Amino acid sequence: MSLRKFAAGPLCALPIGLFLLIGFAAPLLAVIGFSFMPPRTFGLFLNPTLVNYIEIVDSTSYISFLWSLALAAVTVAILAVICYPVAYGMARIFGKWSMLVTLLFTIPLFVSENVRLYGWVLFFIKNGVLLGTLKSVFGIEADSWLFTTGIILWGMVYVYLPFMLFPMTLGVAMVPDQIREAALDLGATRWQVFREVELPLSMPGIMIGFLLSFVLAVGAITEAKVLGGQRVIPIIHDIEIAFTYAQNWPLGAALAVLLMLVVGFLVLLVLRRFDLDAILGRR
Amino acid sequence: MPGSSAQRWRHALVVVWTCAIVIFMYLPALCLLLASLTSSRYFIFPITRWGVDWWHKTFDSIEIRQLFETSILIALCVTAVSVVIAFFGALAFARYNWRGRSIYQKIVLLPIFFPQSVLGLALLLWFNALGLELSWRTGVLAHLVWIVPVATLVISIQVYSFDPALEEAAFDLGATRWQVFREVTLPVLFPGIFSGALFSFLLSWGNFPLSLFTTGADNTIPKYLYAKMVAGYTPGVPVLGTVSTFGAALLLLIGYAVILVLRRRHSDAVTEE
Repeated sequence: MSLRKFAAGPLCALPIGLFLLIGFAAPLLAVIGFSFMPPRTFGLFLNPTLVNYIEIVDSTSYISFLWSLALAAVTVAILAVICYPVAYGMARIFGKWSMLVTLLFTIPLFVSENVRLYGWVLFFIKNGVLLGTLKSVFGIEADSWLFTTGIILWGMVYVYLPFMLFPMTLGVAMVPDQIREAALDLGATRWQVFREVELPLSMPGIMIGFLLSFVLAVGAITEAKVLGGQRVIPIIHDIEIAFTYAQNWPLGAALAVLLMLVVGFLVLLVLRRFDLDAILGRR
Repeated sequence: MPGSSAQRWRHALVVVWTCAIVIFMYLPALCLLLASLTSSRYFIFPITRWGVDWWHKTFDSIEIRQLFETSILIALCVTAVSVVIAFFGALAFARYNWRGRSIYQKIVLLPIFFPQSVLGLALLLWFNALGLELSWRTGVLAHLVWIVPVATLVISIQVYSFDPALEEAAFDLGATRWQVFREVTLPVLFPGIFSGALFSFLLSWGNFPLSLFTTGADNTIPKYLYAKMVAGYTPGVPVLGTVSTFGAALLLLIGYAVILVLRRRHSDAVTEE
């Protein structure tokens, strides 16, 4: 039976492994391949060239790149502050209610982000829920916040909140009660317990939350389109334009490769350090 | 004790903060609902003419019915395939100890840690290179690339709490491999499999970035709504948005109730034995 057990793991991993090879690895290789094709071509087996990458260096795409990275970084920082108390509550305070709270934060994940962001448009738009109420109840006439950089951030914080919250909750739940109490008994202040005990011990979950929300936020585009009125052009927008209106797949592919390099580097850097069994299994 | 009153304060603050964030999460859905309940062509708040005209208009449309059919068809196909692949994937993820498991776990997570819009474009290139015509079928494939790993993770959490001794005991009592699977492994893991199926269906139902690039001429609800949103205001958008929000919430709550019942029945069965 030990022989059977030895083979069971790889055997069970086979279907998903094959599927991800065809559905994930191969498409990414195709993108890399396309990025070396001559501009405005649609085949994969022409003479490779570096023209697309040179074109990017000469273009303004780096501005989009910086915008995407900066917006994602700010989003992650805001989310860290917003989510920690909630994660703490879910892991320690709410008890049997934490299941309900989890459910409440899960439901929005199943509604596409463009629909939910459109709800914010209706909230912030002139004569919308916020400004309409201000006008009719308080007699205040204010300018709409729509189409500003701030509102794009608002939308990103809103959309990526669960992706920070859930890993963070797993992380906070990993801190054993006895260690916290021991630290308090030894005379540590509340702040010291937080900084020296709770934060370091829940770091694996927190780091995964950072990583997940950052990576997804770098790929954000709907926020800028629906709420921001294209005030900021994120990198995904440049990529999408190259693929659709400009019909320049190799250029879009080259931009996508650069984005993949950033994302891949971060993911490998963070995931390499953590034992997923410890984070997921303790629930 | 002086600490306990401070602690009570802190807990109260956390509860208030969490309530505020929950309201933040649901405010857009509330706005959509309000906007759908007006009879005028444009949304002006406070609403002066309430009515459900736009609900009638939206549901009488054949195009909308077609959208629902396509979205549900894709979600059902995704669910059926994803549960099977993810079930075995989860066993390899959490149940068996094997060399390479740690790398395998990270590879499975990669598609989740990847911007979906880039994944959608990559799949568009790939389907084109393979000469596949874009339709709801390629949409199913695209959804699966992202949803199978999520479902694997969801089922894995249940598998972690699975006691392998149960299987061993059944083997010792002379059960065949198939019997053990059917009578022990499957029933014990069923709540996890059910959650995996629920997640698969709902994530596919609400997906936009992958559908946008990979379903070709076939429209799903999120894709259709996006086209309408960009083109200008129509009250049909809030109506459909409300339907998809409440549909998802209802399905999830029913699913959650089913899981609770299953768990209770399971723990009753264990205590009876």
